[in-house]
Amino acid sequence: MNLWNKLMCYSRRRSPWLFHMNGGSCNGCDIELIASLTPRYDAEQLGVRLEGSPRHADILCITGPITHNAVGAIKVVYDQVFGPKAVVAIGSCPATTNVFIESRTLDGPLNKHIPVDVFVPGCPPRPDAIIQGVAKAAEILAERASKKLPVAPVVMPLVGEGCGGACACGGSGGCATKEVQA
Amino acid sequence: MNMTTALARLLIFPGLLFAIPGAWFILWVERKAVALMQGRIGPPFMQPFFDFIKLLGKDTPPREGIGGMLMKAWPLIAVSAAAGAVGLLPVLPSSGGFEGDLILLLALLEVPSMCIIAAGFSSRSIFGEIGSAREAVLSVSYNIVFLLAILSIAASQHTFSLATLAQLPASPLRWLGVLALLICLPAKLHLNPFSLPNAEQEIYSGPMTEYAGPELAMWELSHGLEWVAATGLVATLAAPHVTFGWLAILIFVAFSFGIVLMLSAVASATARLAIDTTVRFYWQVTLIFAVLAISSALFMRFRS
Repeated sequence: MNLWNKLMCYSRRRSPWLFHMNGGSCNGCDIELIASLTPRYDAEQLGVRLEGSPRHADILCITGPITHNAVGAIKVVYDQVFGPKAVVAIGSCPATTNVFIESRTLDGPLNKHIPVDVFVPGCPPRPDAIIQGVAKAAEILAERASKKLPVAPVVMPLVGEGCGGACACGGSGGCATKEVQA
Repeated sequence: MNMTTALARLLIFPGLLFAIPGAWFILWVERKAVALMQGRIGPPFMQPFFDFIKLLGKDTPPREGIGGMLMKAWPLIAVSAAAGAVGLLPVLPSSGGFEGDLILLLALLEVPSMCIIAAGFSSRSIFGEIGSAREAVLSVSYNIVFLLAILSIAASQHTFSLATLAQLPASPLRWLGVLALLICLPAKLHLNPFSLPNAEQEIYSGPMTEYAGPELAMWELSHGLEWVAATGLVATLAAPHVTFGWLAILIFVAFSFGIVLMLSAVASATARLAIDTTVRFYWQVTLIFAVLAISSALFMRFRS
């Protein structure tokens, strides 16, 4: 690998720009994503910037259990992000459709429609878990650009309390991770 | 100024070789200052450089026809005009210049904002068009004050040469003009009280919505170079004159840095105004001071 490629990989890892998209979320994960940019968590230290346009973004952050209405929009926005790109599914909903499972208004989970690189479980996930997931996605981005290989999706460890007892796991925090791995 | 010095000033000092790192530095200072004032830690020192390199490595959308060619051309024109404006700054006191380079500098400073307007309209995106319309309205509003302020400074000192203006001792009238320039800078650089064209929460990224990859990198660079040229112009007019080379550069850089910090403080302390409030601010409040400045400059000129 020559020097330019090394520099490019390093820059991709250090400058992930996000585009946030709501796929029918209850707004819990959206609030936590915004919280990860606020003074307490300050994701800008890693070079993270929340962009207004999907054209500018490297990482697509999707929340929510993917309703029928959202599928078309998600596919369009995924195509509008230019490569190299990565997708982070924030919360348990896009991974498993969570407590809304088998609802007739849903067409989830997310990886039925677009390739997902990182799952951040939690209902909602803590801001530090989201930052960890974004950092992991930035690593995948740099790796993918250099090797041109498809990378298997990564499930981040659960941080904090998880669903808070809303689903079958009873608040033990096992709900998201188990079902994705199964 | 002959061809060789002109090329040296455009490409080496204070042109591209020094201005591009300067632009990255200023973009970092702005982001870092805003972060510190919000109680955050903020981006690392090399962040604008990483952003630039990363954007260079991204794919670009296929652009076809005349519209596509124009869309590719606007960021390049903006960068070259901003670089030309930086090249005209009299950083070194003995660097020469020519009578009327102030007018050329003002014209070149205006080109990037024209390119932004054109880029938004040629992208055919609804958000881009709204952003361009806002930029056009904003540009009409602040430019009257901006040009009147420069004109009053030039008229009171009897010259349109930047190097001469930098050497002459400052009169009270010049401070009035510099104050008017400082009021216009947030609008020129799309900073917070007047960040209407790129209002993220309202119209995505405004005129830049459809841009990606290397083209967006060029827009970022042209924004940084605009920062360097605009703060450099104010620093030229406000900084005390010294003949010793290194000291002159140091004072120039220190003044630019101070102006960047001041603008960042204003940006982080204020919220975005609506477009009608902004236009009213420039046409009703600021214009009075600009007209006062130019009329007193002309009056003093006729008396002397």
